[in-house]
Amino acid sequence: MLIGKKPDIASSEITPKSLWLDRRRFITGAAALGIGVALPREAANAGTLKFTKSPLSTKGEELTSLKDVTGYNNFYEFGTDKSDPAAYAGAMKTRPWTVEISGEVRKPVTLDIEDILKIAPIEERIYRHRCVEAWSMVVPWNGFSLSALINRVEPTSKAKFVEFTSLADSKTMPGLLLPYLDWPYREGLRMDEAMHPLTTLVVGLYGETLKNQNGAPLRLVVPWKYGFKGAKSIVRIRFLERQPATAWNTANPSEFGFYSNVNPEVDHPRWTQAKERRIGDFFRRPTLMFNGYGEQVASLYRGMDLKTFF
Amino acid sequence: MTEKNRRILWLAVFIGCMLPAADLLRRLFTGDLGADPVETLIRATGDWTIKLLVAGLLLTPLTRILRNPLPVRFRRMIGLYAFFYVCIHLTLYLAVDQGLDIHAIVKDVLKRPYITFGMMAFLLLVPLAITSTRKMVARLGPKRWRQLHRAVYVAASFGAVHYYLLVKLDITWPLIYGAILTTALGWRMWQAMPLHKTLRAGA
Ligand code: HEM
Repeated sequence: MLIGKKPDIASSEITPKSLWLDRRRFITGAAALGIGVALPREAANAGTLKFTKSPLSTKGEELTSLKDVTGYNNFYEFGTDKSDPAAYAGAMKTRPWTVEISGEVRKPVTLDIEDILKIAPIEERIYRHRCVEAWSMVVPWNGFSLSALINRVEPTSKAKFVEFTSLADSKTMPGLLLPYLDWPYREGLRMDEAMHPLTTLVVGLYGETLKNQNGAPLRLVVPWKYGFKGAKSIVRIRFLERQPATAWNTANPSEFGFYSNVNPEVDHPRWTQAKERRIGDFFRRPTLMFNGYGEQVASLYRGMDLKTFF
Repeated sequence: MTEKNRRILWLAVFIGCMLPAADLLRRLFTGDLGADPVETLIRATGDWTIKLLVAGLLLTPLTRILRNPLPVRFRRMIGLYAFFYVCIHLTLYLAVDQGLDIHAIVKDVLKRPYITFGMMAFLLLVPLAITSTRKMVARLGPKRWRQLHRAVYVAASFGAVHYYLLVKLDITWPLIYGAILTTALGWRMWQAMPLHKTLRAGA
């Protein structure tokens, strides 16, 4: 589509790695000499993570390439095209970053991202990632179970749901001009889903700090649900007594359910969910119930009609 | 315009319409179709189908408004190119996206309104493509041929509905195509109205 010229590419996208490695070496040198140099944004953003391998990782799957994981994204705050986030998310500032934790908790707190990184040891968790649009990937995420954070803030007995709110910064997010979703982006889980060990707070992938287009500096990953349930660039986590209104569900309640568990038997009203195309493949493969995590999570939904609560 | 210039223009349009396909082929073989090449190909061929369909059916009004017979001379070529792109589009859907799983395809066509509309648009274009030769025009007679080929408005509209139904949120482009089609159709109907003809005759 030719109409609508796009803004300039963010500098972080076009700076060759060798160049900013040099710059970092320069900065280290400058620091050694005691010269104060403001750290450029890119340097704060990139970094290798120390992690251990999680036993929760999915086995026997070939990983999707880093290029595809970081180049093919839905992050509507930066535009609806899959290449928009990689092109424009560089402008988002991910430091300083705080996350407000509030609602039905005994210890409401606003945490700095640096402190969140220390809540629990970072693990590598390889999960299948299934988009509601019927494509999928396999991603080696880095993070830890959301439950570790939840336990720290001590939810009250009234906390039945958790709501996640993403950053909505109109200065760096051109997609906010699109009226299709009710910004800021919000997602939610039932408390038992949020406490499930598979539910992961993600800070990186492929052993590196999360790139902006993947939801830096902090995002959610719920591997048995469609990808949009995983809120990106989270600024608030709120504990609620009632089921929160979520972005896609509000935009189109008949098409995007609150639960949105991966389910090959419940089609999206407009397309089938029975099959998916794994990025890198030409042909589709069958979609697995709960994205293949039924053994771990099916019990959460015992007695529920998954066609009604889709 | 001289005959020679007209030939050059014809060739330029002919090559121009082939370029998107050539570019997709190049990107296919250089691995430059992105993370999901199948989706990229289906989308690009769908986009070119509707662009060419809409462009093709604007040529008649353009000829009349400009009072210049040049645009309408490209109608057949543009229309056939639209058919060329929709054939690739459909083949990719049948052979790659659905892996020729006849059961799944039939179910899709019956159950998914966007596929139903796409299929109806395609089926409507088939007789138009078949009857696009001079021989067929002669065989049908110009009047019946013109009546038959008005179906291109229906096909293009079904194509736009197909597009509208498949986008997740951003319906800008389907709406733009819809608006162009409605305007063009409205214009043609107004032209065909007895009142309009009387006014023109009087003027
Ligand atoms: C005149 C006929 C048709 C026109 C004008 C047309 C046009 C389009 C357009 C504009 C798109 C979207 C491109 C984009 O997102 O940028 C599209 C996508 C698509 N079309 Fe068609 N199409 C036609 C016929 C068909 C037929 C016959 C089928 C299959 C039976 C079909 C299947 C699809 C599929 C599967 C997609 C992709 C959906 C997705 O990626 O989510 N189309 N088409």
